[in-house]
Amino acid sequence: MSMTIALAGNPNCGKTTLFNELTGSKQHVGNWPGVTVDKKEGTYRKDKKIKILDLPGTYSLSPYSAEERVARDYLVKEKPDVVIDIVDGTSIERNLYLSLQIMETRVPMVIAMNMMDEVEARGDYVDCKKLSEILGVSVVPVTARSGKGLAELMEAAMETARSRRKPKPLRLFGDALEHVIDQAAHVLGGDDPDESRWKAIKLMENDEAVASLLDPEMAVLVEGLVQDANKQADGDAEAKIADARYRYISNVVKEGVKKARRGPVEGTSDKLDKILTNRILALPIFAVVMYFMFSCTFSENFLLIKGLPSPGVWLAGIVEAVWGMAATGVTGALEGLGASGWAVGLVSSCLDGVGAVAGFLPLVLVLFLLLSFLEDSGYMARVAFVMDRIFRHFGLSGRSFIPMLMGFGCSVPALMASRTLESDKDRKITMMITPFMSCGAKLPIYAMFAATLFAGQNPAAIVFSVYMLGIVVAVTGALILNQFAFQKEPSNFIMELPPYRVPTAKSVLIHAWEKVKGFAVKAGTVIFASTVLIWLLSNFNFSGMCEMEDSLLAMAGNGIKWIFAPLGWADWRASVGVVTGWIAKENIVATFGQLFGGASDEVVEAVMAGEEGLPAIGEVFNRVSAYSYMAFNLLCMPCFAAVGAIKREMGSWKWTLRAVGFQMVTAYVVALLIHVVGNLIF
Amino acid sequence: MTLKDLKPGQEGVVASIAATGPMKRRLMDMGITPGVAVRVVKAAPLGDPVEVNVRGYELSLRKEEARQVQMK
Repeated sequence: MSMTIALAGNPNCGKTTLFNELTGSKQHVGNWPGVTVDKKEGTYRKDKKIKILDLPGTYSLSPYSAEERVARDYLVKEKPDVVIDIVDGTSIERNLYLSLQIMETRVPMVIAMNMMDEVEARGDYVDCKKLSEILGVSVVPVTARSGKGLAELMEAAMETARSRRKPKPLRLFGDALEHVIDQAAHVLGGDDPDESRWKAIKLMENDEAVASLLDPEMAVLVEGLVQDANKQADGDAEAKIADARYRYISNVVKEGVKKARRGPVEGTSDKLDKILTNRILALPIFAVVMYFMFSCTFSENFLLIKGLPSPGVWLAGIVEAVWGMAATGVTGALEGLGASGWAVGLVSSCLDGVGAVAGFLPLVLVLFLLLSFLEDSGYMARVAFVMDRIFRHFGLSGRSFIPMLMGFGCSVPALMASRTLESDKDRKITMMITPFMSCGAKLPIYAMFAATLFAGQNPAAIVFSVYMLGIVVAVTGALILNQFAFQKEPSNFIMELPPYRVPTAKSVLIHAWEKVKGFAVKAGTVIFASTVLIWLLSNFNFSGMCEMEDSLLAMAGNGIKWIFAPLGWADWRASVGVVTGWIAKENIVATFGQLFGGASDEVVEAVMAGEEGLPAIGEVFNRVSAYSYMAFNLLCMPCFAAVGAIKREMGSWKWTLRAVGFQMVTAYVVALLIHVVGNLIF
Repeated sequence: MTLKDLKPGQEGVVASIAATGPMKRRLMDMGITPGVAVRVVKAAPLGDPVEVNVRGYELSLRKEEARQVQMK
């Protein structure tokens, strides 16, 4: 029998581990429509007809966060055949709060009592049989990490789905309040009494999402009933309902759970936390962890040893070398076969396009191996805890720190790291400002200008000031986005600090693999298509293949250069540089080398390293317009690889275009300010 | 007195929640309801947010949010 099983549960309850155990490697990760929330689907390893859907981890079915809305809309509207609700056996009280709300939807469900190994290690006892009796829902003890109990769990889930057995109805809220809820359910009507009751409860909880769907007449009727309910509940039905659920849970726990008698003994997790979030040690440890993560991924001098590449750089080097050899081989073979120049060029640009994608994969892989380790171990929550004080001033959470820091290495993995943020709003804002962190590929541009135009004036300070400019613009941008684009979204820092746990290798590997695969497939198409397009534009005109000076791109550069006149560089070569920079920012230097007097490859290399200037650019740029040009390329649309990453993470073209539009406008305004103010001063 | 006034190591019982809207709901969803015992564990290295123990797990919240929780 084919069926859909949905997994629900709190964050950190072991839901992802269970999902991985049930589906093996057969899974598909996408986005829920319109939000940056993972949608994971797979099939049961032992029966391909059983579809398993991993709902976002939530603490409640309130309508306030994107995760909660996704989870509850799915449960109420799509109705899976059965829900497996995963409960962390070491924190039953809070976990059962979500269970009760799922029971209120009356979708067939079973409870997986997870982390039973930890429960036993603590000397506690959870009586699953007793809990099943009280709750009227099958409760199966499991340990997802080791796979123990999963066969029994699936057996129970399939049995529940086949018999369509609903959880028993709960009437927890006291006679007076229950009476009002019944009245409201009656007024709401509809074919499904379960749904009416669920809506009635939500209305008493001041649920705006449910209330907004009522027609005006109904809204008036309901409003009167809500007031009645508040009267019955000492003025606050919402609090009374939450309180009643927790009271019921306390009684359930008293019956079914025996905690070992123990004084205030510290567990390993507490001891570890004493060190990791210690008042004095926390920040230094944090700095070391961040430095290690950054240098593992991006450093050319790993662990401060000169010339030793980090794992990320080393792997990227291998991929590039292998790819370069393959590409040279293929084009060489084509030439040998007597293929025409344009055919060889097209093939080699396609190979470059694929190579551009492949070169990023090692960075994504290494960073995500480390990030998933931090996330699964519980340290990521502490990063947010430590950094929140600083980032809240910009309307962000402490978790934004990691994507922004990684942005100094490469925007691609940095953008993908934004997925670790708690709220949809924070994720979107962080993605929009992360490219302002000056990535490694932008440095050669600054090096070129610094060596050419600022040679006598402390070039290092000029380069540093561009980095600082990026940070200042990012912070200002976050504030502005918060104020104007996302004003309705509430922000808070009421979050769980999960116990420290040793992550399973399987979880870490699967997560990193998903990220690599997702980037290669979803972002790859964007990168590939745009790289080939720009190659065509820069090598062809209407009469065929040509030098870049005569290409369609040069014509376009001439056509659009007036746009940049207010910024101080109305030159077609500068405009072409902006466009080739979208393939990869360091391309700007090569383009300039070619367009300003045909510099050789060796000269371009030296210019990139800041060892030599490119005097010809002095014809077009003075110091102020050079600074304006650097600022523009720092802030404008990042390279196509990063745009591909934004597209993959945002999951929508609308938001991708918004992000790019925001970056283009920001770049233009800042470069304009620099040009105007700069000319007043200098 | 509010939850913000408790020092690390001190424990109290929640009387009511002054917040409204999403913040109130979030506090209650996370188990901060009238009558529950809350113990302050520590403050973050920069002084804010704070970590509390409630219903057997660790919860962090900003001082601004802790101020919304009235204690008995």
